[in-house]
Amino acid sequence: MNEIEFLQWVRGPAFTAATVIFVAGIIVRIVMILLMGRKANLAEARGSEMAGGIRTMFTRSFPNSGTFKRSGFTITAGYVFHIGLFIVIFLYVPHILVFQKGLGISWPGLPSNIVDATAVVTMLALIAVLVHRIIDPVKRMLSGFGDYLVWFVTMLPLVTGWIAFHRIGMTGTMLIALHILSVELLMVLFPFTKLMHTFTLFMSRWYNGAIAGYRGVKS
Amino acid sequence: MSGPSFDVAYNVLKEQIDAPTASFFTSCVHCGMCADACLFFTETQDPKYTPIHKLEPLRKVWKTEYTFWGKLGKALGLVKPLTDEDLTEWETLVYDSCTLCGRCSMVCPVGNEITYMIRRLREGMARAGHAPPGLIGATKRAVTIGSPMGVKLPALQAQIRSVEKETGLEVPVDKEGADYMVLLSSMEIMNFPEFIGAVTQLFHHAGVSWTISSDAYEATNSGIQIGVSDIAAELVQRVVDAAAKLKVKNVISPECGHAYMAIRWEGPNLIGRPYDFKVIHILELLDQLRKEGKLELRDKDTRRLTYHDPCQISRRGGVIEQPRNLLGMLADNFVEMPDTGEMNWCCGAGGGVSANERADSLKMTAFKRKKAQLDAVQPDALVSACANCRIQLEEGIEENHMDLPVISLTETIVEHLAVKTPVEGGQS
Repeated sequence: MNEIEFLQWVRGPAFTAATVIFVAGIIVRIVMILLMGRKANLAEARGSEMAGGIRTMFTRSFPNSGTFKRSGFTITAGYVFHIGLFIVIFLYVPHILVFQKGLGISWPGLPSNIVDATAVVTMLALIAVLVHRIIDPVKRMLSGFGDYLVWFVTMLPLVTGWIAFHRIGMTGTMLIALHILSVELLMVLFPFTKLMHTFTLFMSRWYNGAIAGYRGVKS
Repeated sequence: MSGPSFDVAYNVLKEQIDAPTASFFTSCVHCGMCADACLFFTETQDPKYTPIHKLEPLRKVWKTEYTFWGKLGKALGLVKPLTDEDLTEWETLVYDSCTLCGRCSMVCPVGNEITYMIRRLREGMARAGHAPPGLIGATKRAVTIGSPMGVKLPALQAQIRSVEKETGLEVPVDKEGADYMVLLSSMEIMNFPEFIGAVTQLFHHAGVSWTISSDAYEATNSGIQIGVSDIAAELVQRVVDAAAKLKVKNVISPECGHAYMAIRWEGPNLIGRPYDFKVIHILELLDQLRKEGKLELRDKDTRRLTYHDPCQISRRGGVIEQPRNLLGMLADNFVEMPDTGEMNWCCGAGGGVSANERADSLKMTAFKRKKAQLDAVQPDALVSACANCRIQLEEGIEENHMDLPVISLTETIVEHLAVKTPVEGGQS
């Protein structure tokens, strides 16, 4: 298999397989959680479950000042790399073309140099959270193989993408093939790891807000 | 309930995992922010007190029973399933260093309701026989005697007689058809009988028809603290039966945090049907009477007052604005502590910790958080609405050589009520 054939395989059958695992895996996991159900609450409600749930889905993105003071680094670094990932994934013009090809929809992107800088900031933030995970006693205790694996598969597409953008070391064909392959690795592992929080956090926040909202508490 | 069994406990834990629990475990990113929200961590800096870590036994069950990798690993013998030793190891984390205060659940960025899961984990811990001896004793007394502190009816009757003598007012017992049936906590009967005097005067002042049931006067519910729903349901049923017998329309939950959680929010779910009566917290009723203009104050309290929110009444119970409305009426100089209302810090002794002697020194360490909050506002008196918080606060204040009275909101309001009908021998 030469470079061109490798790229074709990565873009063709490998991408299809990764997409199927990614999409089907996420749907199956969410449906399985929802099917577990929960008991109806027989206590007389003081407030609205639905309103509380929807409220918390949004408000939990904005920590109060006391929480920010105590967990400032985690919140700041977390914000930086999440926003960074969003910009790099969804606002880089060549990526938008991939989405357009696959989904048929398109949106305006950002200039490449801005995305380039964002990618660097995002990688630095990811390195910072990794260092913090290792040195902070709480995070270190909570962390297992899955946490480091997820860090690695999130970092890898950023690194390969950045190298491909700057054409360092290899041919453009090989670099882009490795970049796509790293994204496929992320997609395949997504449904089986804590990466699922991307979707389930909205369910969790809804449940949290609903439980509190029922009792008339804003959570 | 039959004797402790790990197998039974394991199945109980399996059944405890519902859609919210599965969603919470799936969402956790191990960010550790819940640690910063927990007073047992902030005051010790020991990572083992990280709230989500306290749930490790339940997470293991979720992982082995409900996830792809867990099931595969279990089939191949690669995943170590939950053992009885794990539960032994986690007992102190689940009972001694968690007051079910719910602050972590307010902070988790992915929205995990950690406290909801601790409550569920305790169901399995208790079935496996891994609950603290102090809490087991309290629960046994609650079932056999009717009170976790072993308070029997004659003790209450003696307190009632003394209140009647002191106030010159009748304390109606077993009065059929009364509008409100009052529940009391053992702590109030034994340590703060002033509360009984206060409600007696209050209801006289506001013209409220009320009664105490001699069958079910105990408000506390050790069953929900230890995590045995069968027992919790039995204790709730006693109140439901008494309310039906006396044909009352409302049941009043007193100044006790977990009692409110038990009777107001868990009760109908424990017995499996809605109530035929309404449950109202004493502070809700007081605020209602205030709105209706039925509380006439003689004067205001001029001291610098601050309010400690009992977790199960505020954050977990939803009675947050009522005490503030009441303090607005009562106090000239009310000041909020930093982090208040639904973000308040626990006193350190809720959720069964106070009944667990093993946790005595840890709960005093946890009190340092409250001390820091109090030091920031320097009040003349600390108002609260939970007899359990009050004991812990008084103990912490004494141990830290602080000069600060801890007072009940209900009692303080009653002290300032205008005299409506002069009563011989009455206080006000």
